[in-house]
Amino acid sequence: MRILSLAGRRLAASIPTLVLILIGVFLLLQFAPGDTVDAMMAQMGGGDAATAKELRKFYGLDLSIPAQLGNYLWRLVRLDLGFSSIYGKPVASVILERLPPTILLMTASLSFAFFFGLVFGVIAARGVNRWPDTLISTLGLIFYATPSFWFGLMAIVVFSVYLQWLPPGGFEDIGTVRTGIWRALDIASHLVLPTLTLGLIFLAIYLRIMRASMLEVLNLDYVRTARAKGLDETRVVTRHVLRNALLPMVTLIGLQAGTMLGGSVVVESVFSLPGLGRLAYESVVQRDLNTLLGIVFVSALLVITVNFVVDLIYARLDPRITAEG
Amino acid sequence: MDLTRLEINRRTALLTSAAIAANVINPMRAFAQETPRKGGVFNVHYGAEQRQLNPSIQASTGVYIISGKIQENLVDLDATGQPVGVLAESWEASPDGKTVTFKLRKGITWHDRKPFTSADVEFTAMNMWKKILNYGSTLQLFLTAVETPDAQTAIFKYERPMPLNLLLRALPDLGYVSAKHLYESGDIRQNPTNLAPVGTGPFKFVKYERGQYVIADRNENYWRPNAPYLDRIVWRVITDRSAAAAQMEAGELHYSPFSGLTLSDLARLSKDKRFIVSTKGNEGNARTNTLEFNFRRKELSDIRVRRAIAHAINVPFFIENFLGDFAKLGTGPIPSTSTDFYPGPNTPQYPYDKAKAAALLNEAGFKPGTGGTRFTLRLLPAPWGEDISLWSTFIQQSLGEIGIPVEIVRNDGGGFLKQVYDEHAFDLATGWHQYRNDPAVSTTVWYRSGQPKGAPWTNQWGWEDKNVDKTIDDAATEVDPAKRKALYAQFVKEVNTELPVWMPIEQIFVTTITAKARNHSNTPRWGSTSWHDLWLSA
Repeated sequence: MRILSLAGRRLAASIPTLVLILIGVFLLLQFAPGDTVDAMMAQMGGGDAATAKELRKFYGLDLSIPAQLGNYLWRLVRLDLGFSSIYGKPVASVILERLPPTILLMTASLSFAFFFGLVFGVIAARGVNRWPDTLISTLGLIFYATPSFWFGLMAIVVFSVYLQWLPPGGFEDIGTVRTGIWRALDIASHLVLPTLTLGLIFLAIYLRIMRASMLEVLNLDYVRTARAKGLDETRVVTRHVLRNALLPMVTLIGLQAGTMLGGSVVVESVFSLPGLGRLAYESVVQRDLNTLLGIVFVSALLVITVNFVVDLIYARLDPRITAEG
Repeated sequence: MDLTRLEINRRTALLTSAAIAANVINPMRAFAQETPRKGGVFNVHYGAEQRQLNPSIQASTGVYIISGKIQENLVDLDATGQPVGVLAESWEASPDGKTVTFKLRKGITWHDRKPFTSADVEFTAMNMWKKILNYGSTLQLFLTAVETPDAQTAIFKYERPMPLNLLLRALPDLGYVSAKHLYESGDIRQNPTNLAPVGTGPFKFVKYERGQYVIADRNENYWRPNAPYLDRIVWRVITDRSAAAAQMEAGELHYSPFSGLTLSDLARLSKDKRFIVSTKGNEGNARTNTLEFNFRRKELSDIRVRRAIAHAINVPFFIENFLGDFAKLGTGPIPSTSTDFYPGPNTPQYPYDKAKAAALLNEAGFKPGTGGTRFTLRLLPAPWGEDISLWSTFIQQSLGEIGIPVEIVRNDGGGFLKQVYDEHAFDLATGWHQYRNDPAVSTTVWYRSGQPKGAPWTNQWGWEDKNVDKTIDDAATEVDPAKRKALYAQFVKEVNTELPVWMPIEQIFVTTITAKARNHSNTPRWGSTSWHDLWLSA
């Protein structure tokens, strides 16, 4: 019951935020010069004024801005995301098609960054100021400072062009039809490079946070007690330190779930993945307001969900949090 | 000129290596002896997805690159740039130019096995080309009816004379036919067939995964004997140009059309034996870089200022250092690739001459003020390509040197069109003018007055010239080809004198294709054509 009430309160708190975000994005896009018909003309390479007028009417752009916003919000209340002008079909189905690659990529990169960040963070903290720490910290800094498009392109050049180990892009092989486990393996092989590219940057952050929080916890009194009662160092770290040091890491996942959605535009473009990031980018360039707002809506839902899960994990890691909530 | 220079370089390279191997005399002969191989999958780089794929309602290379293989046009251009029949077998114009009769090929069927007839041509012409198709609606403005006395005859009736050479040069792009039985009910723009095209072409549409790929397979019932050779064509959606170059190198792509790679990757791959990088096969897709003047700025409405600006920019230097072999000095709105209309270079030109530019500005009364500044301008570059961005920076620096500081204002596609062609919120603008094989298709609209506000790529400069208007109108309905050519030569002379838009650089798209491809780049708009004879060597 406590979980349900926590969920209820979370949801209630996020609805006004969501509405504000949607209105903000809507207004922001009104400030950009040109509408979806201009963008369409740009893509077609020409068109006459009469056609443009007809198209504006078709897309409902001849209405005033408050009327357009009102229409949109009213549709949203009825859970209708509207019609995409670039894809010519309902926004909900456009987004649904693009969701699996994004979620796969996001989950894989976050898991990768979290797991290796944790391992390397622990190693660095245990050998603080000795060579493993210096090496890991330096590498982390390099990963963090390198732009992801460069990482991606270099990964393609090395692993796809020269070594030919992995496919250079796409979500799955088009040449042959695979099913079941073979299809899963094929998709996995396509996701290795994008996952590494997206994950490496986050890895750097996770390992630094992990290192810092490990160092902090290692100096606490109860750790000294644990050592004093004769536990070996491995048990001290795994049973006593890790659990408490994990809290900031979990917080970070919640914060970064949103960043990952946005940050994947570059990675999706470089690796030609049909994800939400590229869809969002195209919707902005094409001034496809419905699709863009739909993506914002879905992304916000994703972030809210992830943060809700994070709250649950908090409670599990540190019982005091639930007691207070 | 050096349109094929890169390829020649490659062949020279091949020859040299062959000479070292000392057993092949002429690589060209080796090509000639090969027998065409059936089969294979051809992978194509698809850079910018469109909203729909029907070329009867959207004239753009992003549509032709896919649907040009699935749907066919009445006529196309042959290797020498002359019209050749595709769905039409022959044609004839009446002496007054108001009637054009097309005889259609017999025994052609749509991919769904329904017969192709003159009714399809009539339906497409009246409902798509005349009403929806960009540039088609202008071309067919005076089309009143298409008569179909029998299934193989389509008679186009015009209110005003339609020059046959204009129609035949426009129809390769603006003459794709759609199936009447699939489009006659409902809104054409919303028809699901637009995203799953059905045609008469050598390849049948199979699947379109938005954001990923399009697949088309061989049409076993294609009307040309023994065609096509390929089993399948796959268009892969790759928006990142550098990633596309890497995919070419990894062997995942065979062909990147229409300058789809970055200038530096093009230069790099042109040295790689596995690829051919060339402008060949794109002569029908010529474009010029523009500099558009807004006459609402009083400084720019003075002809001396426009000429001074042109004189202040060292175009040959820019081409040599930034665009290399892929561009050449332009001489006006009709590019030199257009053999039927190019008036030669002897029209008014504005060679680089900084002293003359300064003198012209002084004469116009714009003397340098404090800090040497005469006046400032806002330049809006179009976001269509790397070259425009470089060109706009070059303009900025060149004009800065003669005392005209320029502020560059960048927009995305929709924003650029809105600000320049609708709101007129620019002083200078620069982008591409696409030349479509006849000046009446998409060139004269840049100069003819009376264009509705908001129509992109038209005269929105606030400039009007009765003489130029008359020349344009006369040429559009002149039936005699020689007189028409003379009228367009006069048109170029007039607009180069008045300079409402300056078009000093000519470019042709660059193709990157695997060296294994045969029968490629053999017509002026090859990327858009049906590829019925394309094959891949082992």
